[in-house]
Amino acid sequence: MKHKRMMHGNLRLRLGDFELDSGDFSLKLEGVTVLFGRSGSGKSTLLRAISGLDKRTEGSLNVKGQVWQEGKRRASPQSRNIGFVFQDAALFPHMTVRQNLMYGLKRLPKGVAPFSDDEFSEIVSRVGIADKLDRAVTFLSGGERQRVAIARALLSRPQLLCMDEPLSALDWRSKAELLSLIEEVVAAYRLPVLYITHAPAEVERLADRIMFMSRGRIETIETLQEALARPDSPLFDEQGAVSVLEGQPQPIEAGLRPIVMGEDSLWLPDVSELKKETVRVRVLARDVSLALSDPQDLSIINHFKTTISELIPQGEHRTLVRLQMADGQKLFAEVTAHSAQRLNLHIGQSVYALIKSVAMTE
Amino acid sequence: MLEIFGTQVNLDPIWLTLEVAAITTVVLILLGTPLAWWMAQMRSSNKVLLEALVALPLVLPPTVLGFYLLIVFNPNGPVTDFLRFFGFEGQLTFSKTGLVIGSVFYSLPFAVQPLMHAFEAIPHRLLDAAATLRAGVLDRFFSIVVPLSQRGFLVAATLTFAHTVGEFGVVLMVGGNIPGETRMVSIDIFDHVESLEYDQAHILSAIMLVFSLMVLMLVYGLNRRFGVKVG
Repeated sequence: MKHKRMMHGNLRLRLGDFELDSGDFSLKLEGVTVLFGRSGSGKSTLLRAISGLDKRTEGSLNVKGQVWQEGKRRASPQSRNIGFVFQDAALFPHMTVRQNLMYGLKRLPKGVAPFSDDEFSEIVSRVGIADKLDRAVTFLSGGERQRVAIARALLSRPQLLCMDEPLSALDWRSKAELLSLIEEVVAAYRLPVLYITHAPAEVERLADRIMFMSRGRIETIETLQEALARPDSPLFDEQGAVSVLEGQPQPIEAGLRPIVMGEDSLWLPDVSELKKETVRVRVLARDVSLALSDPQDLSIINHFKTTISELIPQGEHRTLVRLQMADGQKLFAEVTAHSAQRLNLHIGQSVYALIKSVAMTE
Repeated sequence: MLEIFGTQVNLDPIWLTLEVAAITTVVLILLGTPLAWWMAQMRSSNKVLLEALVALPLVLPPTVLGFYLLIVFNPNGPVTDFLRFFGFEGQLTFSKTGLVIGSVFYSLPFAVQPLMHAFEAIPHRLLDAAATLRAGVLDRFFSIVVPLSQRGFLVAATLTFAHTVGEFGVVLMVGGNIPGETRMVSIDIFDHVESLEYDQAHILSAIMLVFSLMVLMLVYGLNRRFGVKVG
């Protein structure tokens, strides 16, 4: 089955002891697809194979109807129209920022119109490097280098943007800033992105769908909500199960920001400037408590009515409760088995979810 | 003939030496660059054999190399016949062409090793990045590899030139000692000493000493400007 916005493939690449053997996969090239897995699971190798950066790749790859790989025959990376942002930016050290940006611009294929001066300025200022164009790249900070790398990739007019752990070498503040930037860029240029990370927080913030990898193989490709609905999701770390809720932010009231989700609202202690229409909110299952009646005299602000849709016994006398909110979104709560029994929790029951703490994903 | 301090000195051997060294340097940069690049990219165990072959002139007595070249350059041998087929006239032994070919072999490691190390030091990601920005193979080489290997090229050219200027054994075996044709300065000095013409030997030696020192100072000066260290 061929589709205009699809990638179909089955790639193999042997590197010493490691072997990538992806198995058949099909991927919709839209929004952000995160390649997720432990280190050594083959994420980077797969991305290099998809980009055509390793000659030893074998198998098949078809992107939007174009053949990129057939057996051992490989379309060269320069013919694939991809942008690639490397973990360490890979800026050319003998060039200034501007020369780095112009490198791809000068090599655009004949049929592709280069960006006009206005568009160039727009991209450069959106990425936040307008005042650094004539600097030597060796004097840039880690975050600035990644900004240049992102601009350089965008300016080459790619049809697919590949990012290999672009944030892993940065401090937390640069990380947060760059995450916002990446989110903005993806939305503004409507570019499909393949994004490697092993940080669940980055997945929850950016992902539309997730490609889970393990031991050189693609295990599943799921949407973010599908992946988060699994009680044993690989996205959950030592903090346990997590829910990601989407809502529309409203103007600040009494120092809190309401996020509207259907009939309910979540109130967040967020005072930053909001540019987005939809935000994601991250809730840990262990921060959600349950009550049978609506508690009024309580310091917890966020509490609303939900319906229990599943009870999942966990180890250590704990029970994971899957709740459905009024607008259909799913929310996990973690309670002790003792409480579950005492409250006689059962499927279909209406309960009040009390959320002790929430955070915007970042 | 030039008169210096009352002594008649023939400077032709110096000019010939500089000419042979200059041609050898150009040839070796042109041939050594692709060879060094190929070796730098190699992952297989063949690389060990190739590296050893390239380094061979470092350990072989120059007379051994000269001897084999003399055999190969046999005016009636296959190599000369092969070159004649392409319009080559004359012979390889006891000629300037033979001297240059001999020097190319003799100085090969001095060109290839610095270039190979310079190429190996370039992070492969930079070439990957260039490829995703639509640079082809040659484009990547000239826009990324060459500028980042400036120092390697400088070292390779200097060492090749200096080493060729100083050669003796190979020149003697392959080139012989024909005045104006194959008499290089190292052999000329040796001849003067043999004939007890110490004045001429002194003057030629002093010229070579000053010249070599100046060349090296120039190179080190350039290196300082690039902000890197030689060797």
